Amino acid sequence: MRKIAVQINGRVVEGEVEPRLLLGDFIRDNAGLTGTHFGCEHGVCGACTVQLDGEPVRSCLMFAVQAHGRRIATVEGMAPSATELHPLQQAFHESHALQCGFCTPGILMTMEAFLRAEPDPSPERIRAALAGNLCRCTGYQNIVTGVRLAADRMK
Amino acid sequence: MKPAPFDYDDPRSVDEAIGLLARYGDECKVLAGGQSLVPLMNFRLARPGRLVDINGIESLGQVKVENGRLLLGAMVRHAQVERSNDIAARWPLLHDAIVWVGHSQIRNRGTVGGSVAHADPAAELPCALAALDAKFHVLSRRGPRVLRWDQIFVSEFTTSLAPDELLTAIEVPPQDPSTGVAFVEFARRHGDFALGGAAVSITLARNGTCSDVAVALLSAGPRPVRAEEAERRLKGGQVDEAAIKQASAAAVQGLHPTSDLHGSREYRVKLLQVMTERALTKAVHLATRRAA
Ligand SMILES: Cc1cc2nc3c(=O)[nH]c(=O)nc-3n(C[C@H](O)[C@H](O)[C@H](O)COP(=O)(O)OP(=O)(O)OC[C@H]3O[C@@H](n4cnc5c(N)ncnc54)[C@H](O)[C@@H]3O)c2cc1C
Ligand code: FES
Ligand code: FES
Repeated sequence: MRKIAVQINGRVVEGEVEPRLLLGDFIRDNAGLTGTHFGCEHGVCGACTVQLDGEPVRSCLMFAVQAHGRRIATVEGMAPSATELHPLQQAFHESHALQCGFCTPGILMTMEAFLRAEPDPSPERIRAALAGNLCRCTGYQNIVTGVRLAADRMK
Repeated sequence: MKPAPFDYDDPRSVDEAIGLLARYGDECKVLAGGQSLVPLMNFRLARPGRLVDINGIESLGQVKVENGRLLLGAMVRHAQVERSNDIAARWPLLHDAIVWVGHSQIRNRGTVGGSVAHADPAAELPCALAALDAKFHVLSRRGPRVLRWDQIFVSEFTTSLAPDELLTAIEVPPQDPSTGVAFVEFARRHGDFALGGAAVSITLARNGTCSDVAVALLSAGPRPVRAEEAERRLKGGQVDEAAIKQASAAAVQGLHPTSDLHGSREYRVKLLQVMTERALTKAVHLATRRAA
């Protein structure tokens, strides 16, 4: 067992964990943040994507011990207040960019970082950036629309 | 919890890491980006008794240029290579290859050393490194070794690294600035492992004849394949459409890519020929512009 302290959405979460505990399980079980979803648990679906020091990574392919002393962002940290959504979340809501919502947290974590790097992306660039996230409901069309709408508003 | 239990070390220096590898050998595995090892552990296809996590060894994460040679530390992430303007300008084949590796989230964690040590025949980086005649620096308590690509890559998912050895760096020779390069591949969706692909690096003399060329094939066999017969035919001659067609046909002579549900052997051979043709055409186009 190892003692770790991970900063998640600005809050330090401590725990004593086995080395084999996946980061995603630490986020869900120890930090109680269940917005991060596990789909495939081998890196393919993207549902578990969180940000490690600002960069999107798979939380099913990292051990919690590896996040000791690092900064993690999850979907729960996006909205500025309890009554207000992040512009990306708001645009997804308005564009019908989610149905069941299982894939959405991973997509938001990926797209937030993508828009920071490319604030004015073409639909083709948005599609390419979405390649690492699977969605079984929407057919992606409205996700692309939602990301573009958010980009317009965040300018 | 998905993976089987294991002991865990996170050494801070290369010396400490090779000490652990010498002590535990077969029992342990190096953990780099985890993008290939952790999926295997989650499925319990791999059950290492101990992990030596090298993410905390800063010296392994450096990109250096020494005497015109590129030195990539084993822990350099794919995303680091992708974002480096210097690499894009001076070793464009590396840049062109790395953007095909998985997705951005994978490239943020995956490492160049991990891609080499994992030795997937469908992995882009080993193929590009074969075309570039890269060298591989390996270290253990028994001493250092420097390996060529055809010495390190043995077969599918198999390298000549011993259990106590650590891959520390990849060395890429300088590229002639007039060289034209291309990396092309075909996969059902971007980010999937490629069914076939080709890496080409070609230099043209003033009179338009080929002074140097390397053609490496992806997913063409158990390890990267250098199309030596195609290279021989191209060297010294004019590289027109007919020469490219001939060389591409020669490149796939005698290849035995494995048939599977994604494509038969015949399909893959044909695909490799088309990929070689496209890569050569693109690289020659660039080389012609640069030579002018
Ligand atoms: C969804 C998905 C898609 C992917 N798509 C592609 C793709 O299209 N193309 C592609 O090439 N790859 C792809 N990958 C694999 C990815 O590139 C991996 O990052 C890479 O194969 C391994 O690098 P790593 O740093 O993650 O290594 P790890 O997973 O940490 O290690 C892999 C193996 O190498 C050994 N090892 C690692 N570093 C060293 C070292 N320095 N010395 C000795 N041994 C070492 C480990 O012990 C282990 O056996 C994909 C992965 C995922 C999850
Ligand atoms: S659960 Fe991590 S990528 Fe699918
Ligand atoms: S909204 Fe259901 S998986 Fe994407």
